[in-house]
Amino acid sequence: MRIIVPIKQVPETSNVKMDPVTGTVIRAGVETVVNPLDLYALEAALRLKAQHGGTVTAITMGPPPAIKALKEAVAMGCDDAVLVSDRKFGGSDTWATSYTLAQAVRKLGAYDLIIAGERATDGDTAQVGPGIASWLDIPIATYVARIGALAEGRLTLERLVEEGYQQLSVPLPALLTVVKEIAVPRLPTLRGKKAAKHCDIPVFSAENMGLDPSFLGLKGSPTKVVKIDAPKVTRGGKTVQAGDDEAVSAAVGQLIGFLEEKGLV
Amino acid sequence: MSFVWTVAEHAHGELKAVSFELLARGRKLADKLGTPLAAVVIGDQVSEARMRELIERGADKVYSVQDPRLAHFVCESYARILSTLIKTYRPDIILAAATSSGRTLMPYVAVKARAGLTADCTELDIEAETGNLLQTRPAIGGNIMATIKTPNHRPQMATVRPKSSKPLPKDTSRHGEIITIPVDDGMIDTRVSVLGYRKDAADFVNLEEADIVVAGGKGMKKAEHFSLLNNLAQTLGGVVGASREAVDRGWIGYPHQIGLSGKTISPKLYIGAGISGSIQHLAGIKTSEVIVSVNNDPDANLHKIADFAIVGDAFQVLPELQRQLKLRKGRAE
Ligand SMILES: Cc1cc2nc3c(=O)[nH]c(=O)nc-3n(C[C@H](O)[C@H](O)[C@H](O)COP(=O)(O)OP(=O)(O)OC[C@H]3O[C@@H](n4cnc5c(N)ncnc54)[C@H](O)[C@@H]3O)c2cc1C
Ligand SMILES: Cc1cc2nc3c(=O)[nH]c(=O)nc-3n(C[C@H](O)[C@H](O)[C@H](O)COP(=O)(O)OP(=O)(O)OC[C@H]3O[C@@H](n4cnc5c(N)ncnc54)[C@H](O)[C@@H]3O)c2cc1C
Repeated sequence: MRIIVPIKQVPETSNVKMDPVTGTVIRAGVETVVNPLDLYALEAALRLKAQHGGTVTAITMGPPPAIKALKEAVAMGCDDAVLVSDRKFGGSDTWATSYTLAQAVRKLGAYDLIIAGERATDGDTAQVGPGIASWLDIPIATYVARIGALAEGRLTLERLVEEGYQQLSVPLPALLTVVKEIAVPRLPTLRGKKAAKHCDIPVFSAENMGLDPSFLGLKGSPTKVVKIDAPKVTRGGKTVQAGDDEAVSAAVGQLIGFLEEKGLV
Repeated sequence: MSFVWTVAEHAHGELKAVSFELLARGRKLADKLGTPLAAVVIGDQVSEARMRELIERGADKVYSVQDPRLAHFVCESYARILSTLIKTYRPDIILAAATSSGRTLMPYVAVKARAGLTADCTELDIEAETGNLLQTRPAIGGNIMATIKTPNHRPQMATVRPKSSKPLPKDTSRHGEIITIPVDDGMIDTRVSVLGYRKDAADFVNLEEADIVVAGGKGMKKAEHFSLLNNLAQTLGGVVGASREAVDRGWIGYPHQIGLSGKTISPKLYIGAGISGSIQHLAGIKTSEVIVSVNNDPDANLHKIADFAIVGDAFQVLPELQRQLKLRKGRAE
């Protein structure tokens, strides 16, 4: 079984800065990590490999330093990795990103499964996974919480949806996006780290993938970020102390009054 | 003629509330543009009366595409149908819910339609000079609000966060047209099959659609103490949520987790007890209408963003809240 895992390098969530003019994330000087939700995708892929044999390829689209994310994936146990990188990809929205990544998958040849993260913690759209599936015209299952049996080229799985778990039978090749419930991600191993040090990471560019230039980057992206605001976070709320029994009772009384005012009780 | 469309959601023949919320959004945009508003129903067994309700709550037209094979959401078939409708009628704007199905269907369709798609919007408006759709959404864990435009591509597509708007009241005098689109085999993609649904009845919760969420964190100290939250949720008519710490400790199931690696919610009331208010947790609750925090640490982060903060012991405050609410209920009866 050949599994491809698209992973994204993201700024550590705690200290993200935006360029208010271009609306893009300022990457300089910010610590980057593998999108935490992609670790679940990597883990799910590595477990399927352990069960059914095969290989796991990590792939990321980003500037050259994104190689760090790929090395981390190899250190976790991926067999190889590909960097999709070109100046022309800068400013891609999810439409252009999923086009570029889908073409990179095509260039990799035959595969059985693509496993993506539920969403990236920076752009936060959850659109790239379904977008890639659409470009490749393969079935998609999002929010997968459990992967069951593989038989006759079909996987049984469960999606976490609003009403419960939807159980599906999906033919391969297919694309899954997974939620945290799928598995606990493993840590990199010493052996993996060694492999990461020595592994060769090919770079796919617009030219060597033969991409349509009008589909790339800012120019090829239908959506444009026109404004960035910092939302007001604090609500100027009321604080009451509930130190002893009497204070507890009074505080709760005030809370109920407040909820009544808001029409919530 | 240009159009604003909404994609209705349903389960077991019933339309979900979010279908009407979308119409309220769509009505405002359609009125600004002076164009008709249509709702698209892809499903099975959604009755004429249900579809009339879409008209009563804002739609001028309803496109009904129904077939037993469309009873459950399967992205490939739904996408094929929505793509065909887009090609035929060329709407300007399509709004769908930012739910597990909407967030799967819309990107799949947007790719094929060469359309821009904005995720999980909380505000929508029309730019006066150009008539373009202005889409505002939280990103980066709710730390920023981005406004996005799709100037040169049509349709302009957006998913809208459930509960971020109120349905319009029913107006039975409204007129509209229900257009039935016949389903042929070519519209059905048979690759994926739905085997069924599993509901862990004891421990499943529809957090996204709840008006009131009572959440507990590590400060609740053990699984048994979640009964305090369960009771309170029951009294208030809400459901129970949790921080990742509580879920990872096995005190409650993952479907209850709120935050960056869990669910994003916008209830009318969120009460967090024994939750510190990490950025990852806040990412899931920032668009709640009212936030109440119960924490014995006066410096807890959740206190800082709350509308009402009680600095106190959850094991004293929650039972007292339960007691006073019951008392109040008793008085009212
Ligand atoms: C503030 C802001 C708001 C934005 N809003 C929108 C919007 O509404 N619509 C829109 O089309 N674009 C939007 N964008 C652009 C979007 O963030 C980029 O296109 C980004 O490259 C991919 O989207 P995402 O981060 O949302 O990823 P998601 O779609 O959330 O990522 C899902 C999964 O796809 C895979 N993946 C995503 N990106 C990559 C990658 N570069 N390499 C490998 N795998 C990847 C990973 O498995 C990831 O877990 C926005 C950007 C910003 C800064
Ligand atoms: C990539 C990533 C994703 C994450 N995703 C999520 C997510 O989706 N959701 C999420 O919640 N977290 C998430 N986290 C974890 C997050 O960083 C925090 O660790 C977590 O939210 C803390 O949970 P907590 O508030 O319950 O626990 P703590 O931070 O330990 O807070 C417990 C609180 O309880 C209070 N307390 C103790 N005793 C009492 C008492 N008797 N009465 C009242 N208060 C009391 C304490 O003062 C403290 O403030 C994520 C982290 C990462 C890195």
